[in-house]
Amino acid sequence: MPWSKIKPEIQEPDYQREPGMTSRRIAYADAIREALDQALELDNSVFVMGQGVDDPSGMFGATLNLHKKHGGARVFDTPLSENGLTGIAIGAAIGGMRPVYFHNRPDFLLLTMDQLVNHASKWHYMFGGAVHVPLVVWACIGRGWGSGAQHSQALQGLFMHIPGLKLIMPSACYDAKGLMLAAIADENPVIILEHRYNFKHTGLVPEEPYRVPIGKGVIRKTGTDITIIAVSYMVTEAYHAAETLKSDGIDAEIVDLRTLRPFDEEIILSSLAKTGRMLIADTGWKTGGVTAEIAAFLCENGFPCLKAPISRVACPDVPTPSGYPLEEAFYPGAKDIVVAARKLMEWGR
Amino acid sequence: MTENVSPAKLKRLYYEMLRIRRVQLRIESLYHLDEMKTPIHMYIGQEAIAAGVCAHLGKEDYISSNHRGHGHYLAKGGSLQRLIAELYCRETGCSKGRGGSMHLVDTSVGHMGSSSIVGGGIPIGTGLSLAIQMKGQDRVSVVFFGDGAAEEGVLYESVNYAILKRLPVIYIYENNQYAVCSHISVRQRGELIFHKTSKADMFVRVVDGNSVLDVYRAAGMAVERARRGDGPSFIECKTYRLRGHAGSGPDAHLGYRSSVEISSWEAKCPVADFRKRLLKKGDMTERDDELMEKEIADEIDKAFLFAQTSPLPRGEEVEKYLFRG
Repeated sequence: MPWSKIKPEIQEPDYQREPGMTSRRIAYADAIREALDQALELDNSVFVMGQGVDDPSGMFGATLNLHKKHGGARVFDTPLSENGLTGIAIGAAIGGMRPVYFHNRPDFLLLTMDQLVNHASKWHYMFGGAVHVPLVVWACIGRGWGSGAQHSQALQGLFMHIPGLKLIMPSACYDAKGLMLAAIADENPVIILEHRYNFKHTGLVPEEPYRVPIGKGVIRKTGTDITIIAVSYMVTEAYHAAETLKSDGIDAEIVDLRTLRPFDEEIILSSLAKTGRMLIADTGWKTGGVTAEIAAFLCENGFPCLKAPISRVACPDVPTPSGYPLEEAFYPGAKDIVVAARKLMEWGR
Repeated sequence: MTENVSPAKLKRLYYEMLRIRRVQLRIESLYHLDEMKTPIHMYIGQEAIAAGVCAHLGKEDYISSNHRGHGHYLAKGGSLQRLIAELYCRETGCSKGRGGSMHLVDTSVGHMGSSSIVGGGIPIGTGLSLAIQMKGQDRVSVVFFGDGAAEEGVLYESVNYAILKRLPVIYIYENNQYAVCSHISVRQRGELIFHKTSKADMFVRVVDGNSVLDVYRAAGMAVERARRGDGPSFIECKTYRLRGHAGSGPDAHLGYRSSVEISSWEAKCPVADFRKRLLKKGDMTERDDELMEKEIADEIDKAFLFAQTSPLPRGEEVEKYLFRG
């Protein structure tokens, strides 16, 4: 529970190690902060903007005190004019800068849709490649403590729909750093949607700068019976679900997509070929969302390998309720994944 | 009123206006053939603004334009051949046949793109000025927009930021009085809030947008201010859209405005008016004018031939240019 000052930080699940991984363990926010610090150090055209990036909480710690090290001209607070400032960031990017624009919540990105969707995503294509927009937009999905209908929306389905935008949703500390550095180095508009629950995690993160390739998923746990394709914080839930399923004798494979657009088609098709049973778990809504798109892709491209209908674990199609009993009913987790997985295993038996 | 502007400069201003007008009239005359399959928005009647402003800009300076952008593109020095080719949806067009009339670009002369979302280019042009400031470059950024955009919230957001950061940006508000068929009187009341900004924060002027010299002088002060690092300017140019919102030809038959109103503004044509003035004052001869007309007509002939004989984009390349790299 990230809001709690009482509960301690927890280690993220003991995922399979990246080759050459060090043993340094740091907090999720520090991993992002280190990426920004290194990007600012390595490239003069990088700057970090957003309402509150230089305030005492520093965007949940992700931008904390960076303005003190790199100066207020490169790490700066902004007016709340989200749409205008997105356009200004686009213009700065066209003019040779590499802006990283921070927002507390994806809900506020809805105010920027004109500039993100009508402009940033179109500029390179619409002008036949004459201009490009190396822009990173970052926002953190809220959950719990009554965040409610307007401070906890998981809007990845909306952004995944738009050609010309790249969309990243990390789950591990290692990826939070490596994907941030990759996003800043990318020549195109990239949206990073974080999840507030990941911020209570610590994980293994190398100190030197490195990039995790955009568009590549990763197998978090190998398995043979069923594939759980998970997004962002649902990777953690999937990991816990897999442990329960193990005691049932079900060996689940977990794919962490990491990037939703473009998503790693190869990794999910090869996992499908292996298990034949697919479960997709997302932090967002079901209808017209990420799970719908991945399911459609699997049907179109891997139908002969499917041993059972594709199962989806996602939020019900209602606004997020604000009190904890209803929050508990609203958010799917490991238990829901376990139930769905067991049902999938029974299919055809 | 022509004092302090050299005869060569005066002729240059006239030439730029005349060229924009002649290009548009040629487009209009051929539009009915359906070969330019792109929604055109004529700049006829507003030429003095683009010409008067861009006369102060070099290739390194930026502009951000809108759907009614032929004049901005040409005045900034954009390639005429590539403009016409874009209207003909050709691979040789300035946007390689992917943009059309509303999405022109020529980065080689600082034209960084035009948006057809009303007001959409305003923050982008503002952001270009932020890049200029952060890089410490000797450049300015000019944003062209109309009275419809003056009703968009993003203008307020952008100008507020430009004032806050003292950005080298010049907002050129082309008030042609109509948004599609809606007159400004049903959309706004009184003057815009920007007109009340303190002098130290922003240089604000309201000028006759049909007088190229009025525009030229005000823009000169604004560009100088931006180059000095003294911050943004906002110039309202009062003008009139002589053609319909989109497409070619007059639109009096639609009935949303009177023929009398249109004729009264035709009588204030910025191009014809300036021509008369230059001839009367002896700053230009009839012969000068004839030579200009000839030169422009030849250039237009060549541009249309170039466009009409250029290759079309290939269908198999529909996914090209989605991303850089």
